[in-house]
Amino acid sequence: MTFSPGRRRFLLTAGVVGGGLLIGYGLFRERDLLGDPAILPTEGDQVALNAWLKIDGAGHVTVAVPRAEMGQGVYTALPMLVAEELGAAWADVRADQAPVDKVYGNIAVLTDAAPLDPHDHGFVATTLRWSLSRVARVLGVQVTGGSTSVRDAWLPMRTAGAAARDMLTRAAAARLAVPPGELEVSDGKVSHAASGRALSFGALAGEAAALAPPTRIVFREPGERRLLGRPLPRTDVPAKVDGSAQFGADVRNAGTVYAAIRIAPVFGGQLGSFDRAALEARPGVIGVVPLEDALAVVGRTWWHAEQALSAVDVAFSPGPGADVSTADLFARYADAIDADDGFAYEDRGDARAALRGADVLRAEYRAPLLAHACMEPMNCTVRLGDGTADIWCGNQAPDLLRLIAADMLDLPPERIRLHTPLLGGGFGRRAEPDFMRYAIAIAQAVPDQTVQLVYSREQDLQHDTYRPPVLSRFAARLDGEGRIAAWHNHIAGPSVSQATIARAFPGLPLGGPDKTSAEGAAHLPYAVPARRVEHSKVDIPAPVGFWRSVGHSYNAFFTECFVDELAAAAAADPLAFRLAHLHDRPRERRVLTLLEAVSDWGSAPPAGRARGLALHESFHSIVGQVAEVSLDGGQVHVHRVVCVIDCGQVVNPDIVIAQMESGIVFGLTAALYGDTRLEGGRVQQWNFPDYRMLTMKEMPQIETHVIESGAEPGGVGEPGTPPIAPAVANAVSRLLGRRIRSLPLRSALGAG
Amino acid sequence: MNYTLRINGETHQVESEPEVPLLWILRDVLGLTGTKFGCGVAACGACTVHVDGRAMRTCTLPVSAVADKHIATIEGPPDVRLQALQAAWIRHQVPQCGYCQSGMLMAAAALLAERAQPSDADIDRAITNICRCGTYQRVRRAIHDAAGKLA
Repeated sequence: MTFSPGRRRFLLTAGVVGGGLLIGYGLFRERDLLGDPAILPTEGDQVALNAWLKIDGAGHVTVAVPRAEMGQGVYTALPMLVAEELGAAWADVRADQAPVDKVYGNIAVLTDAAPLDPHDHGFVATTLRWSLSRVARVLGVQVTGGSTSVRDAWLPMRTAGAAARDMLTRAAAARLAVPPGELEVSDGKVSHAASGRALSFGALAGEAAALAPPTRIVFREPGERRLLGRPLPRTDVPAKVDGSAQFGADVRNAGTVYAAIRIAPVFGGQLGSFDRAALEARPGVIGVVPLEDALAVVGRTWWHAEQALSAVDVAFSPGPGADVSTADLFARYADAIDADDGFAYEDRGDARAALRGADVLRAEYRAPLLAHACMEPMNCTVRLGDGTADIWCGNQAPDLLRLIAADMLDLPPERIRLHTPLLGGGFGRRAEPDFMRYAIAIAQAVPDQTVQLVYSREQDLQHDTYRPPVLSRFAARLDGEGRIAAWHNHIAGPSVSQATIARAFPGLPLGGPDKTSAEGAAHLPYAVPARRVEHSKVDIPAPVGFWRSVGHSYNAFFTECFVDELAAAAAADPLAFRLAHLHDRPRERRVLTLLEAVSDWGSAPPAGRARGLALHESFHSIVGQVAEVSLDGGQVHVHRVVCVIDCGQVVNPDIVIAQMESGIVFGLTAALYGDTRLEGGRVQQWNFPDYRMLTMKEMPQIETHVIESGAEPGGVGEPGTPPIAPAVANAVSRLLGRRIRSLPLRSALGAG
Repeated sequence: MNYTLRINGETHQVESEPEVPLLWILRDVLGLTGTKFGCGVAACGACTVHVDGRAMRTCTLPVSAVADKHIATIEGPPDVRLQALQAAWIRHQVPQCGYCQSGMLMAAAALLAERAQPSDADIDRAITNICRCGTYQRVRRAIHDAAGKLA
């Protein structure tokens, strides 16, 4: 399979290069994809063959990974893409964080942001995605998010590997004086079968790097693949079992000082009075740094700084939202829905006309505000130099952070070295600039020191960018055959995307639709003749942001529970009911059919237990889950979760399985316990004792089955999360004989 | 106060107020960053080390309480149990983000010291560490596997 990146090409069809996802790349040239090898810093005898890989004399291949490793496996899956095409031995492959450069921009994350049906390949949708891809290439936004890493890297990183293979082949051909066509590349060497001679990558790298990159890229046929599709061990695991893995909070320079912070407890509040002398008199205190909405103390250790802040009263003025509670927000949402139409993300047939009169099923669902609670609290380390700055910060948006830092420091962005160590969890939280902004402001007040700011767990939970609380109303009608004839869903909540952009770039005029509001509610796979899905945007005083699977995280709960309500009204089995609405959706049908078999859906569950089902597509992957649940008073026990995913072509099946386990636990924790409550404009939860997390003893047995459909690669970091809440809630509803329509289940069952 | 700390077989002299938690001596004074800060209230277990062979959460453990005791952190030369667990952790590809894993491993190693062949109930009781990536199933599998290899 070949394509010619040397000529400008207009690529809008998937499948031209091994079924790869080309939509989104639009026009490109080889230099755009391969990048300038000079971007990569080299050590010792390493040479860079393009912006994506370096080879040293011993044949080690170091792959520049343009996304942050936050547990989702990009330090393994993305190097696999390069290594496959290159012909590297997996044992020789290392992952390294790529620097900040436009060549590493994430195209897929921006094209996905269009409020379109992902299955719409019509002219308007295709043109809009292509236009966005052009914008993305110019902006070069280096975001880790939206479960896009593999989808976005599929073309450029395989291209980088194939181009380097070609260069190594030509170098070997010159050395051996044989035609390149007689050479084979595998296992880290270039071999000439006829003469029995072979040269290692290490021996060829220098000569290969001097050659021009190829003008024609030849990918390996899927049948020739040696690495993709195999459960190769992760490159980051060994360092994560011996304590040597370096997270942001582990950065240590000589003379580092440590900062703790108190941010105004009510969102939008300002720093008031405090006893500076008392703070400075506390042991181990090096400096006191008042900021507009926060007070920071710098100490000999982080504990000394934190203790000083705990010991001294600090006053804050309340912000504009000082009287707001979570209950008020739901009242505002209901008013908004009652008052007016929302923005219609989907409107087919006349659903509202079809839903006048009797026999209409109605339901109202709610989802709570949620913190991310990454295991590694937010932190950032800053060292300001003379016209330069070094910033170490676990983050999901390095070029955005660098831009903000440049603005704060009045430096050109290139003078700022933004280092991205391993992330102790991201889940969307680390796409935010708040902790870096505070760290820079503190460093500016404490010259000539490396300053490390770490949020306490309390600050981390109370100053998050939260998954918003959302209200969702449904009305639907069944036809004479028990099929859904009309479906109307009206959602109310804030716009996550607009809130996020407004925080990064205050003053930017924002408006219009936000895909995340209705994702997972609009364009459902079920065949329904008349459907309307609308969203009323209601701003809230709490900062809201991207939370693993974003809109899908609540919309899947709403829609998949309501589908179960309709199945019950039709006196149909929930799985059969869904299948009856999926005649033209073979991938969803296959997921459900396999799920039916592997979950023992057709057999009675053990005594006292019920099974619940949910099916949801997100981030171009389709996931079905069955949860087996029992009740003990107000306690929900989830014994077993069976998960089936179709994520198209699979890069590393064990990472897919791990991400399903991870997504399920994340979503199950939220479904059972997650409830960040606002009272008096401030978050009430403090720490893990009152922001409960699922632990070992509540862990269900999870069985994951991966369907190799051969479709374009889909995401895996987030798609495991959305279905678990509705699967469990549907099982609980069956056990209770009444419908659960709000989360968390602990509160819905009256367990507080 | 001056404290003599025996950490991973080495002796360190540390000048500190008695109430400073061991975690911050390890991380901010000695630069042993393998032991993590997660909550500060001994609720998550990310800061677990061994003190005289027992699993202890160091974010609330004052340095004055551990002077002259044997402290082992994840960076130290692993004993046979920790070694077996680390190998099992790699075989089962347990870590994801990895931030909680030092504490998980130290808690698991202390469990194996107490019960060579722990039951699922033993694991539920002993491993109360929080993992936001949801690695619990693999942690359980890896503990059983390591216990089996040590038998």
